[in-house]
Amino acid sequence: MENSLGPAPPLLEVRGISKSFGAVRALQEVDFTLRAGEIHALLGENGAGKSTLIKVVTGVFPRDAGVVRLGGDEVAPRSAKAALEAGIATVYQEVNLLPNLSVAQNLFLDRQPMRFGIVREGEMRRRAEALLTEFGLDIDVAAPLGNYSVAIQHVTAIARAVDLSARVLILDEPTASLDRHEVEILFGIMRQLARRGIGIVFVSHFLDQVYEISDRITVLRNGRLVGERETASLPRLELIRMMLGRELAETTSARAAAGDRPPREVCASFENYGKAGYVAPFNLELRHGEVVGLAGLLGSGRTETARLVFGAERPDGGQARVEGAPVRLQSPRDGVRQGFGYCPEERKTDGIVAELTVRENIVLALQAKRGLHRPLSRREQDEIARRYVKMLDIRPPDPERPVGLLSGGNQQKALLARWLATAPRLLVLDEPTRGIDVGAHAEIIRLIRELCDDGLALLVISSELDEIVTYSDRVVVLRDRAHVEELAGEAIDVTNILAAIAAEGAAKEARA
Amino acid sequence: MKGLPPVLITAIVLVVGFGLCAMQFPNIASTRVVGNLLTDNAFVGIVATGMTFVIISGGIDLSVGSVIGFTTVFVALAIERWGVPPLVAFVAILVLSAAFGAAMGAVIHVFDLPPFIVTLAGMFLARGASFLLSTESVPITAPVYSTVSDFALRMPGGGRLSAIAIIMLVILIGGILLLRLTRFGANVYALGGGRATASLMGVAVGKMTIKIYMLSSLLAGTAGIVFSFYTSAGYSLSAVGVELDSIAAVVIGGTLLTGGQGSVIGTFLGVLIQGMIQTYINFDGTLSSWWTKIATGILLFAFIALQQGLVALARRPVATRAGAAS
Repeated sequence: MENSLGPAPPLLEVRGISKSFGAVRALQEVDFTLRAGEIHALLGENGAGKSTLIKVVTGVFPRDAGVVRLGGDEVAPRSAKAALEAGIATVYQEVNLLPNLSVAQNLFLDRQPMRFGIVREGEMRRRAEALLTEFGLDIDVAAPLGNYSVAIQHVTAIARAVDLSARVLILDEPTASLDRHEVEILFGIMRQLARRGIGIVFVSHFLDQVYEISDRITVLRNGRLVGERETASLPRLELIRMMLGRELAETTSARAAAGDRPPREVCASFENYGKAGYVAPFNLELRHGEVVGLAGLLGSGRTETARLVFGAERPDGGQARVEGAPVRLQSPRDGVRQGFGYCPEERKTDGIVAELTVRENIVLALQAKRGLHRPLSRREQDEIARRYVKMLDIRPPDPERPVGLLSGGNQQKALLARWLATAPRLLVLDEPTRGIDVGAHAEIIRLIRELCDDGLALLVISSELDEIVTYSDRVVVLRDRAHVEELAGEAIDVTNILAAIAAEGAAKEARA
Repeated sequence: MKGLPPVLITAIVLVVGFGLCAMQFPNIASTRVVGNLLTDNAFVGIVATGMTFVIISGGIDLSVGSVIGFTTVFVALAIERWGVPPLVAFVAILVLSAAFGAAMGAVIHVFDLPPFIVTLAGMFLARGASFLLSTESVPITAPVYSTVSDFALRMPGGGRLSAIAIIMLVILIGGILLLRLTRFGANVYALGGGRATASLMGVAVGKMTIKIYMLSSLLAGTAGIVFSFYTSAGYSLSAVGVELDSIAAVVIGGTLLTGGQGSVIGTFLGVLIQGMIQTYINFDGTLSSWWTKIATGILLFAFIALQQGLVALARRPVATRAGAAS
């Protein structure tokens, strides 16, 4: 780490940026300062406003208030292209280059060396090779970019941005699809660019990488600035506290005493279950009448674990058992056949069908389970819909209303009803309380407890640690796509979860 | 990079096909037949050159056949009825068709509409306009027409390389150079690779779209003039379906229908293959000429299947890599 920088004038100064989308305030008075030659990590959980901030600074979204100064001069780019011309370049996780063009054409598109209106192909290739050599790449620049790995495409995108005389380089999740070795190469390039005086904004979910590469850290939460710190003097626990917004003092758990109940029957178990590059192999036991919470930061592998358990993603190793019998879970169909249910995080895109009525949404999974040859009669459908509308208190209690017109909490209940109608043995809930108002929030949590008391096994993902502590019998903590700790009974409290998320070392070993 | 393997396959199909034809009818392998083939397909070659640019950029132009029809009627009426000097008539129709193409390109870009719909509208517009001008065939008797028709370069073996074949070859070479060597050509590929990305990388997507459709219509107008030389008449029903023949030539020539890859030389080979089948049927004498369409259809299927296979192959290494990261 290079912290020997003196008080240089800031390269990029963002002051008091606000941005709303309709009624949602995505950014409120956010400040951000980037010095020349530093690598500055921008961190925050989902919805913290990182992407919005980047898009506002680079002119993709217009801003509602605030100023951006580049090298002391105020800039207000109206498009990504204008931002690039001003000297602010962004490289996104999905590389924004053209895979069908040669590497050289990608580097010099629209600014190729010309003579008499003709592109000087040889000259362009020589320059492309020279440019990439600076970045430690020795490849055939005449070959299509799509022939190369994501890592090489990233480096090409960075090379292009830097060659366009970028002074500020924003890297949005650049390491998400790279392996360890490629990450090292990328970090080498980032350090080299920083030495040349370029300011780099590094957005990542991988805290180990943030500590390895960054000089300073800015944390956002819920669209507000939480703070800006020197990386070297910011303990990991403190950083996670900033990201999740918990005061350690106030985290005495409000946990409902579960009491000492006898050990319950195992509903489903997973041994050495995992998928390379997705989630490291884990062991997990889910018991009837028990809630297992999955805790961890965004990108730590929570949703990935849920998808593997349900069968939405194929594992490449390990053994799953249901009620003791070995099973294969290769597709969501397999999951449904084993009596699993899954309420995904993205209700709108992966869950409800907004145009269909509450009744149609509720019977969807049951009908799919029965197959096309045994249609549910309208009377059966009405009966099922009425039962769950009443049981879950879906409001308004009108089964014929399109689900899209319901509030978030009621949509979530309809989704729950859909799976409950299939009489599942295991229900996986991914962020069941996201985007739901406070009243409905408590109700969903009460429902989770009730379902559990009825003997259902539940696997629940949540970013709300208080919430997880409230209803979980056991909590599995994830970090960097690996299960790192399992807490049970008295050990479940916010402090312990935070400590497990923050612990160093174990994650690196798991990834290696 | 620019679709070489598919082009090679097209070339092999052409050579093998030509060899088979020549084995059955040795007379086919003469400069006379080849010269006629070039003359007969000159207008398709010109239109298909423009279509190649459009398709590589990720679009399609259905209006070209109608633009040819309109051009022949316009030129015939201008020269024969309105007394306009032929050269002036040519310049006027080229300007008109370029403006027509530019307008379609502008509509596609500004309203973000699918090129298929916009050029379909253009197709009806141009065809309708040509009927408005005249519903019957107008013969052209201007002296320049007989001069051009009589002009030909003698080739060894008694073949004649006609003026319109020469025009086609010149446009073809111009098209190859434009696509391969200029910034415009690189931008055409860039647009086909992804409009949003190309725009982020600094390509003026709007201007490029307008220019590409302008080029296509300009070449369709040129093809219309060539067609009027070929038939010495203007008729509003001429060149119906030529847009489909030229799309077929482009695809058989190895250009990806989804854009981003392809070449003008491949398109030329595609035109020659269609011409060769037609020639074979003429030589045979017993086969219905509609067999050309059937053979073209079979070839199209084969080439599209081939492209899908190649695309799948090209994607595979990337997918494996992403999965292996851990």
